Order: sequence, then C-alpha cells, then structure tokens
Amino acid sequence: MMKNEAVVEVQDLVVQRGLVQAIRGISFSTAPGEVTGLLGPSGCGKSTLMRAVVGVQIIRSGTVSVLGLPAGDKRLRDRVGYVTQAPSVYDDLTVAENLRFFARVLGVRGDEVRRCIDAVDLGSRENHVVSRLSGGQRSRVSLAVALLGNPDVLVLDEPTVGLDPVLRRDLWAMFHELADQGTAVLVSSHVMDEAERCDRLLLMRDGALLAAETPPALLERTDTSDVEDAFLALVETEGVAA
Amino acid sequence: MNPRITFAIAGRVLIQLRRDHRTLAMLLVLPCAILTLLWWMFDGQGGGFSDLGPPLLALIPFVVMFLVTSVTTLRERSSGTLERLLAMPTGRGDFLAGYALAFGLVAAVQSTLAVLLSFLVLDLDVTGPPWMLVVVAVADAVLGTALGLFVSAFARTEFQAVQFMPALVIPQILLCGLFLPRELMPPALELISDVLPLSYAVDAMTAVSETSGAALGGVSGEVWYDLAIVLGFAFAGLALGAVTLRRRTA
Repeated sequence: MMKNEAVVEVQDLVVQRGLVQAIRGISFSTAPGEVTGLLGPSGCGKSTLMRAVVGVQIIRSGTVSVLGLPAGDKRLRDRVGYVTQAPSVYDDLTVAENLRFFARVLGVRGDEVRRCIDAVDLGSRENHVVSRLSGGQRSRVSLAVALLGNPDVLVLDEPTVGLDPVLRRDLWAMFHELADQGTAVLVSSHVMDEAERCDRLLLMRDGALLAAETPPALLERTDTSDVEDAFLALVETEGVAA
Repeated sequence: MNPRITFAIAGRVLIQLRRDHRTLAMLLVLPCAILTLLWWMFDGQGGGFSDLGPPLLALIPFVVMFLVTSVTTLRERSSGTLERLLAMPTGRGDFLAGYALAFGLVAAVQSTLAVLLSFLVLDLDVTGPPWMLVVVAVADAVLGTALGLFVSAFARTEFQAVQFMPALVIPQILLCGLFLPRELMPPALELISDVLPLSYAVDAMTAVSETSGAALGGVSGEVWYDLAIVLGFAFAGLALGAVTLRRRTA
C-alpha cells in the first residue's frame, strides 16, 4: 500500500435512522499510519458513522470505501477490526475462549490469541469468565478480538470509556504503535481531552462535521488553546452563520 | 459456507452450554423425569405409556430446542456478537449450521438417554427399532432449532422470545394428534394440522413405535416419509432464518 493513499474514504454520506437524519452529508478520508479521532458529544452520530465505515449500516446516499473497496465488501472482512461501544463478546466464556473462538472464525494462527490478550493487558485474567470482569476489562476483551490477525484498519467506538487513566494512556500508546506499523486507526470518543492524542481530528456535531484537521491546525484556526474551546468556537461561528 | 467457521460456532455453543451447569442438567435430566412421570401416571392402567411415550419423545426435543435457540440467538443479536461475526468472514449459513449442529448433538445425547430409560427401565413397547426413535428425535430437535432461530428475529427481548412458545408451539401441540387423532378433527383444523411441522414430527415417532417394515433400516416407509417432511420444514426454517440475519441494518 502506498503511503498517503486514503484508507477510509467517505463522500457525501447521508444516513437516515427512523425520522432522524443521523449523518447529514459527511466527507472525509483517513490515511494509513495515522490515528484519526472522531470526537463529538453523545448522540451526534459517531457510532452510526463508524458502522457505515465497517459496512453494517444501511446508508441513504453517498459512498464509503475502505482500502479502495466498498465498505463491507467480502474481501475486507478479515482486514477491518471493529469494536462496538458495548463490548460484543460472549459473557459466559472466558477471555481466552472468546479470543480462541474469534481466532478460529478469522482463521488466524493460535499464537495470535496470546499476543492480543497481552496487548490489552489481560494476561492475568485470561481464564476468567467475562461476566465476572469489570466493565473496563470487558471492553478490553472486545478490543483484543479486534486486534486478532493485525487488521489493516481498526475502527474503535469509544474504546477508552471508563478506563483507568494509566490504562487509557497505554491504550493510546498502543494505537500509535499500531499506526506506526501502518494500521489506520479510527477511534471515537466523547471526551474532548482525548483529542490531543490523535494525529488528525474529525469533530462532529448533530450528524455533520465541524472540522477535519490536525489538532494544532484546529487550535490555530480557531485561536483557542484546547479542543473543547475550539469545539465551542466552531459551534458559535456556525450559529452566527445560520 | 466455510466448515472451519461452522465448527468453530458449534464448538463455541457447546462450550457455553457446558459452562451453564443448570441448563445442561435440565436438558439431560428433564426429559427423563417427564417420561418417568408419564409412566408412573399410567402405572397399573395398561397401555397408556407406550401410546403417549413416543409422541412425548418427539415433543420434548422440539420444544426445548425451540426455546433454548430462540433465547440464545436473541442474545447474539442484542449483544452485538452477531453483528461482529457477520462483519467477519462468517457466512449466514455458517452461523445457522453451527447452531443446528450443536443443538442437534445435544438432542442426540438427550434423546439417547430418554430412549435408554424408556426401554431399560420403563418397559416402553415399540414395534420399530429403538435407535430410530433417536434419529427422529434429533430431526425434531433440529426443527425446533430452525424455528427458534427464525422467530428470534421477531423478538426484541427475552420475554417476547419466550412468549413465542404459547403463540407458536402450544397450538401445534394441540393439533399434532396427541389429544385427538388428526382425522377426527373438524376438517378446517385437520387441514391446518396437515401443514404444521410438529404433526409430522409426532407422526414419525408414532409410526416408529407402531409399525415395522422392510424399508431402509427395518422401519416402514411411512417413517422415512414423515422424517423427510420434518427435515424439509427444518431446512425451510433455516432458510427463513438466514433471511433474518442481516449484515447491514438500519
């Protein structure tokens, strides 16, 4: 894959969910080797956008392509790792059993299980049944499953919510490590202070993008010192324009 | 379809069951307990147990697998694991076949125990070969699994899923010929019972117990005919179930 070739390319995406237009015409692209942060308040459409990227969301119009293929294409199914907001693993299996099961489904080597459990720091819990784990540990099991087989694209829906700050720091370090190895990482968060940890930001509000740029460029353009203020500044200018 | 994934899913469902000791115990012990209760009820009355035992051997795996499958698949749908599996290289056929395989296997163990008990302890009297009762029971279990998979798409909660039992299963039990021979029912109901899968499941079991023949396996052709219909319904149920497994949702 060529450097700087877009990994995720979204054009004029519109998604209708019931009576609500959840995504109102969004375009952006992400590059390999970058951690892209999708930030915005709860309910702004982040999860819907991520579902569209993975190809499990029915869309009204626009195009979503991943690695040059339409999102959800058969050839992408073992190249895109996806973590939903609620941990989607089996509560009644142990950590290792969950990982072994998904490894078999993906057809990846058995030693991947060990590597992915260690990557989310659950080595000491591998034989614990998931339902007995804490919320944060559960979401790490879900994250470990997404890491199986080193996918080219990682789509992570709020993977760090409710985690202890040390672990959050470690996970962000891991996202950057993965990006350095060429993985394109798309992470969502509703916590604005996580923005500074991203290479590129997508600020979202009410189904639309407010900004798509690097954190320093965003701060400079809005003449602010943190992303929270930048977000407010952008909302206010939008309000004036309307 | 991919055998690796199908077996992975079947294996995983079995591990989940093994972990749930209470469910496992109920799956294996309850059918035996119910048959014993039936036998006891008819103790000293003559034939009753040999008439009602075989239909019950058909009913139990069907009802139990219907319930177990509709709840487990609903859980897969609501926990997001189904979405995750379908976003992976899993085909819908792999998912369905994995479940059918796992529960078919459980049904085989369940019915073998029930049949052994019926013959060795409860003196069940049947004309056809006893192993055929197990074969028919497994087919009935797969039928229950197939219908359970299908209806789980129409339930949003486990409460709703369980209500499909009185809605879809009890009418079939009433009309399957257990309470009143089907040919004695009002014509409209007889027609309805003719298109309900459980009628054939019970007919197949009754045919094993009351007839013998020179057809394949020493059972009458009637058994194979009813069995084919049961499997046809099971296959149709799985196909309908496949339609409800959507990779893309709103």
